[in-house]
Amino acid sequence: MSAVSTAPAPVRLFLSGNEAVALAVRDAGCRVAAAYPGTPSTEILEALAREPHPGLYTEWSVNEKVSLEVALGASMVGARAFCAMKHVGLNVAADALMTITVTGSEGGLVIAVADDVGMSSSQNEQDSRYWGRFAHLPLLEPADAQESYDMARAAFDLSERFSCPVIVRLTTRVCHVKGRVIPGTPERHEPRGFVKDPRRWVMVPGNAKPRVSSMYERDLALRAASEASPFNRMVEGSDRRIGFVTSGPAFMHVRESFPDAPVLKLGQSHPLPLAQARALAARVDQLLVVEETEPLLETELRAAGIACRGKDVLPPTGELSPDVLKPAVARLLGEPVTELPHAPLQLLFPRPPTMCVACPHLGIYYTLAQVRNVAISGDIGCYTLGAGQPWNALDSCISMGASMGVALGMDKGRGEIDAKRSVVAVIGDSTFMHMGMQGLLDITWNRGNVTILLLDNRTVGMTGGQENPGSGRDIHGEEAPRVDFAKLCEALGVRKERIRVLDPYQLPVLFKALREETKIPEPSVIITDRPCVLIDHYEATPPYRVIADKCTGCANCLDVGCPAIHVTRRDSVVKPSGKTVDLAFVRIETAACTGCGLCVQPCAPEAIVHAKPEHPVKFLHKQI
Amino acid sequence: MSETGQGSRDAITNILVCGIGGQGVMTATEILAEAALSLGYDVKKTEVAGMSQRGGVVTSHLRFGREVLSPQIMPGDADLLVGFEAAEALRWAHMLRPRAVVLVNVGRIVPPIVEIGLYSYPEDPIGGLRALGIEVHAFDASSLATDLGNIRLGNTVMLGAMADRLPFPADVLLDAVLARFGARKPALLELNRKAFELGRAAVAAD
Repeated sequence: MSAVSTAPAPVRLFLSGNEAVALAVRDAGCRVAAAYPGTPSTEILEALAREPHPGLYTEWSVNEKVSLEVALGASMVGARAFCAMKHVGLNVAADALMTITVTGSEGGLVIAVADDVGMSSSQNEQDSRYWGRFAHLPLLEPADAQESYDMARAAFDLSERFSCPVIVRLTTRVCHVKGRVIPGTPERHEPRGFVKDPRRWVMVPGNAKPRVSSMYERDLALRAASEASPFNRMVEGSDRRIGFVTSGPAFMHVRESFPDAPVLKLGQSHPLPLAQARALAARVDQLLVVEETEPLLETELRAAGIACRGKDVLPPTGELSPDVLKPAVARLLGEPVTELPHAPLQLLFPRPPTMCVACPHLGIYYTLAQVRNVAISGDIGCYTLGAGQPWNALDSCISMGASMGVALGMDKGRGEIDAKRSVVAVIGDSTFMHMGMQGLLDITWNRGNVTILLLDNRTVGMTGGQENPGSGRDIHGEEAPRVDFAKLCEALGVRKERIRVLDPYQLPVLFKALREETKIPEPSVIITDRPCVLIDHYEATPPYRVIADKCTGCANCLDVGCPAIHVTRRDSVVKPSGKTVDLAFVRIETAACTGCGLCVQPCAPEAIVHAKPEHPVKFLHKQI
Repeated sequence: MSETGQGSRDAITNILVCGIGGQGVMTATEILAEAALSLGYDVKKTEVAGMSQRGGVVTSHLRFGREVLSPQIMPGDADLLVGFEAAEALRWAHMLRPRAVVLVNVGRIVPPIVEIGLYSYPEDPIGGLRALGIEVHAFDASSLATDLGNIRLGNTVMLGAMADRLPFPADVLLDAVLARFGARKPALLELNRKAFELGRAAVAAD
């Protein structure tokens, strides 16, 4: 380890893949950029919005489908346009995508889709490269931040050359890896203007049929373009036992692991440049396809008569990092599997994500955990954490907005055995507007018996606090129209009497409302209206502490699940009934506490008081 | 990027920084990266964060050298492990090369899952690290920061602790720290300098 003295002059930019895509969008003269937040893609639009650029409009859209449609509209009038989403977002946008590929685009239209390979923050793992095949669109796969910039720039040109959208497929390990980036020269693009052309833009069968035929012709041209693309290249190597075919970040892992092997690096991976693959196959003992998640390239190579190995050797899920690749390749070559010497893996407690100190959802889940005989249909957001300890108060989580339809289906499908069970749906403000509203409409129209908890914390919490139509602010933090959830639910058919707006920190009020509404056999909505603790407008209140002498160790406060409550001592007592009860005496980390008062409420001995005595206790309700 | 050259593995420095969401692990690694960049190294930095903003495990991988390919550090390949939390350092000890160095904050952050009694926190995580034959430097970064008047300075204390364990002079890192924090609030410049030196001294004295 010694300092590099003859290193080249420092490159100024050190960017994540997401930031590099954002810079490329700006430098490409893009005019409209839209997205719905979703890990790992969120930072692309955040980066674009952080530094407003003359001539570039950015927005958080209410969902991914809308973001793609906004981008298409801009493309129709001849502007360069962009939208970004996570992998499951493209499922939502797919309806639009599958027809946009028929109309094609006018101004360069680029769709960045980020796959959460390894599922760090997603409900599934899926391979967005399929969309290139399904929608007959070119697909680029950067391996690092520099390529994210280069390919996002090139995608606009490619889109205009072939008059179709171009998909840039990212993965978590590209989005969130920072590396050096040398940007190109920014360009300007004036919209060419809207040209009325119903045969192109009005997709009725008579207009669509000829365009579908030309889509297949486009496939041939795109394959020729892939064969000639600078993003598809051979990296020569002297060890000819295995030739690697890689796409996306797997290239870096392969080069790291097998520096002497020849590698076909595919950046413009769909359509697959078969001639290059065939040329490599002829020069090596065997081909191994290293692609993250599904065996797409492998299947296509085999279909073209090119023998290769792939998912029979490598796992179909998770990242193909060197610690996965090296042993798999050693086994393939019949060599001993070796790994670097290191200390044994330590088996420690898990540290799953938790809700924040004073999170308004804590009160909701404390309450839901107390309700008996209930099925809780959940949704996507921070409140999905309610499925975990100590609450265990979420029974399903499928996709954005699914809490509504699933709850209605549970209601309509239940038999005698579930006759007395209440059906509750839990959904956040942003998820509700993304895809939940239609589900609620379905519930009211079809007279479902569902109690809906609409948790309005005025932000998209899980992705880091982005604005939404309920924030009253736009992507730049400027004042914007704010949706009125009570009125919205009423307009969707919920009776006014069945809509309540409550403070989620008032546990007895919440519990009572929930008990009453679940007993009434019609749709009702309980809206909780306290903001996320992570947003700028959250106001902390004076913190609490525990009077140690008063704490009886009942541990009721621990059921709130607040990370600021810590156990100081454990004990157990034998009750007169002969039952042994575990005790946990607690303290509150006053520096972390923001005084929400949730833990005060279930504390039977009133041992929790304000850290500074001059502040009165806010909610001194007895245990519910 | 060189198209054919053998990867000169030995020139790469691998630093793994670990802790929990909200502790400043990513910011500290970012500053470390800026220091390496200022010397002209190729640098890659990657996080395994998950839903880290919610108190989960965070690891930040920093690799620098002449040319860095994969951004990920493999088990047994880290030159330096920096633990912002005691048990987290133990959790990632297998990432270190044999007899490599761990710099660890003795401060503990006990999650609700332990508090409600489902799991236990290791009794002596620092002892656990020493038992693995690793060179351990343990110090109370949280207290050092609190003594200076702001727990948030813990981040800079940790950076100071690393300063004499890097393949470049400590001042390069200090400059990067001051550039980051001083640019935002000049008043914090002196405090950060002090926090940095406290971290440095804590390791030197250990």
